[in-house]
Amino acid sequence: MLGLGGLLLLFLVLPFVALVLDGGPEAIWRGLGCSLTWPALRLSLGTTLISVVLVVVGGTPLAWWLARSRWRSARWLEILLQLPVVIPPAVGGIALLLAFGRRGLFGGTLERLGWTPAFSVVAVVMAQVFVSAPFYLQAAVQAFGRLDPNLLAVARSLGASPPRLFVRVALPLARPWLIGGAAMSWARALGEFGATLMFAGNMTGKTQTLPLAIYTALELDIHTAQALSLLLVVFAFALLLFLRRFNRGFEAARGAATP
Amino acid sequence: MTRRKLLLGALVAACSTAPLFAMRARGGEAQEVVVFAAASLREVLQKVALTFEKRHPNSKVRFSFAGSQDLRVQIEQGAKVDVFASADWKHMKLLADKEMVIEPVVFARNLPVVVVPKNNPAQVRTFADLPKATHLVVGAAEVPIGAYTEAIIAAAERLYGKAFHEAILARVCSRELNVRQVLTKVALGEADAGIVYKTDALTMPDKVQIIEIPSQINIVAEYPIAVLKAAPHLDLARAFVKLVLSKEGQKTLAEAGFNQVGKQRTK
Amino acid sequence: MTGNSAPRLSVAVQAGLGSFTLQASLEVGAEPLALVGPNGSGKTSLLLTILGLHKPERGRIVLSDEILFDAALAIDRPTEERHLAYLPQDFGLFPHLTAIDNVAFALACRSARVSTKQRRSEAMAWLERFGIGNLGERNPSRLSGGERQRVALARALASSPKALLLDEPTASLDVEARVEVRAFLAESIRSLGLPTILVTHDAMDVEALASRVAVLEKGHVVACGLLSDVRRAPPTSFASRLFSSSTVPKTSGIASPSLQ
Repeated sequence: MLGLGGLLLLFLVLPFVALVLDGGPEAIWRGLGCSLTWPALRLSLGTTLISVVLVVVGGTPLAWWLARSRWRSARWLEILLQLPVVIPPAVGGIALLLAFGRRGLFGGTLERLGWTPAFSVVAVVMAQVFVSAPFYLQAAVQAFGRLDPNLLAVARSLGASPPRLFVRVALPLARPWLIGGAAMSWARALGEFGATLMFAGNMTGKTQTLPLAIYTALELDIHTAQALSLLLVVFAFALLLFLRRFNRGFEAARGAATP
Repeated sequence: MTRRKLLLGALVAACSTAPLFAMRARGGEAQEVVVFAAASLREVLQKVALTFEKRHPNSKVRFSFAGSQDLRVQIEQGAKVDVFASADWKHMKLLADKEMVIEPVVFARNLPVVVVPKNNPAQVRTFADLPKATHLVVGAAEVPIGAYTEAIIAAAERLYGKAFHEAILARVCSRELNVRQVLTKVALGEADAGIVYKTDALTMPDKVQIIEIPSQINIVAEYPIAVLKAAPHLDLARAFVKLVLSKEGQKTLAEAGFNQVGKQRTK
Repeated sequence: MTGNSAPRLSVAVQAGLGSFTLQASLEVGAEPLALVGPNGSGKTSLLLTILGLHKPERGRIVLSDEILFDAALAIDRPTEERHLAYLPQDFGLFPHLTAIDNVAFALACRSARVSTKQRRSEAMAWLERFGIGNLGERNPSRLSGGERQRVALARALASSPKALLLDEPTASLDVEARVEVRAFLAESIRSLGLPTILVTHDAMDVEALASRVAVLEKGHVVACGLLSDVRRAPPTSFASRLFSSSTVPKTSGIASPSLQ
């Protein structure tokens, strides 16, 4: 048993070891100096931050509604909302183009309103929200579904209005899982490549996020791509670590509590 | 403990039988020629392969189509390949410098062209009309089509002036990582114009119109092909390259829109 | 609707419960009613229906002079407007709030315009009234079962309820805590005089807390009357088993001293 687990562990870890070791620090350092690096990093940070905020702000009430709805179609909707996870992101990008592109379903209307999202920063955020929202939604629906129904019943019997129930009871109780879901969703947005490439295109400083820069750099020199990937990995690792600490601290504060 | 041993045993057994299968495959009837080829060569080389398999009944051509860059990296990392057909000299030269290929030669030429959506919303009729396009999509400078495009636009500056050059650069809304993505965006109408290879443009006759680029500023893309030094099937690999270069092979390429090698312009 | 003087909860509902239909009529005035019956007889469902968390197909629920539910009139007041205090089995304290904030939550629901500071001091007053003023800053997980119940009751009463619904109030406690909690509850219920429905499995709870009993069997009220009557002639095998396991004088003997 342990042996099999160890094999999987090796398999999962070795590529990252190779990513760090191959070429040596000098090549990686040189790669970081590539002109694509910093605009891409800045853009990735900015857009993913906006994306995750949008996902959380829209996804939390939606998940709350989905989790509480007794409406049968809500279950179907839940499944539908998971689809972006399965379809290849490039197809997601095409779908976004077909919907919001200049010749898309709503593109004409949008263009008449003077707004064409395709090939803009807005498109980058849209692509990220599209592919990353399901991760948050799933976590949030599960989190709300797991809440003790007695607590919700008690809160309502005490006179809590639906907004108060949501903000003062459901949100704080579900918080650790919501944060976990947001972290997953954020990580997915940061790594988003296919849909962005299709829908937002690839312009340095404008729509070229870190994954697109990595792919572009691959055409230049493998070590540059490697350096950029390392940057992405280190950054994501640091953020996930921080969130985990933060969550644990939160749990500890509450559970200091638990005997 | 015993369970662990058992598992290990199974693993060892699996490993030791693997060469047996390999032997049988090698000793069997069909010999596989592995060809790594640039993505833009898919349809045409598959046609050539049909002819090849007819001539060599005991052989089977297996392709891997991808960007020349990806293929080159795979070859460097030890992929067992017989033939490499690249979309530009850059990657072929990198392999030649490492002495991994045998005498690469140009087997096809391709011309960059401007494509516009069939209904041509921006009314681009000639290359000089290009600034009319509000959304222009080109290849990234890091990939071959992008490098050609850059050179063409630079040459256009000499012909049409600085304003033209700047207007075009201002219209570029995306630098795609391969020709197909440029073409897709034009075909979908998301871009008003793009620059792709003629052969790619010809694959979507009902979606896009082709506008030639003036020959004095255009650049001919050359496709080199070579047998790998470490080719597992050296003879068959040579035969395949020979077929591509033969009159018959060249005819197939010409049908697909490639310029024939006959009128050579040396690199 | 017998006037404003005596608070009264009357329930007559019919609701599908999957395998059977809940069909129950109950009247509760100042005398606490115990709702007993085997598992799955619909006790908790009836409680949730009164609370407004299950919607019956037919019937009417009236609290004093206020209609909470009436199928014919299409009246269905939401749970938060029914002014019913609900105490679930484990008391339902919010784990993310301290004892004092749990009580303050109830106050905030009823009067939003009061300052936090004022609300907390009011909440403190409630805790002190229940003899646990010293535990205000504790999280529920650091309270004993008895303490938790006091906080829950303080919180429920802070929301100025017009009726009390208790679901198995002693089931989650150990034996010693049960005695303490039962005594405390008995005293509280009697002094409040609110219509009270108590769902329980425990004959001792019935003896100590209720003066009337309703026996539920497969969604139907098969008997409803004074505790002494039901005890004397148990209508179902469940009821006879329930009351044979306890001896009357002893139980009330434990409970009554603390009542006075």
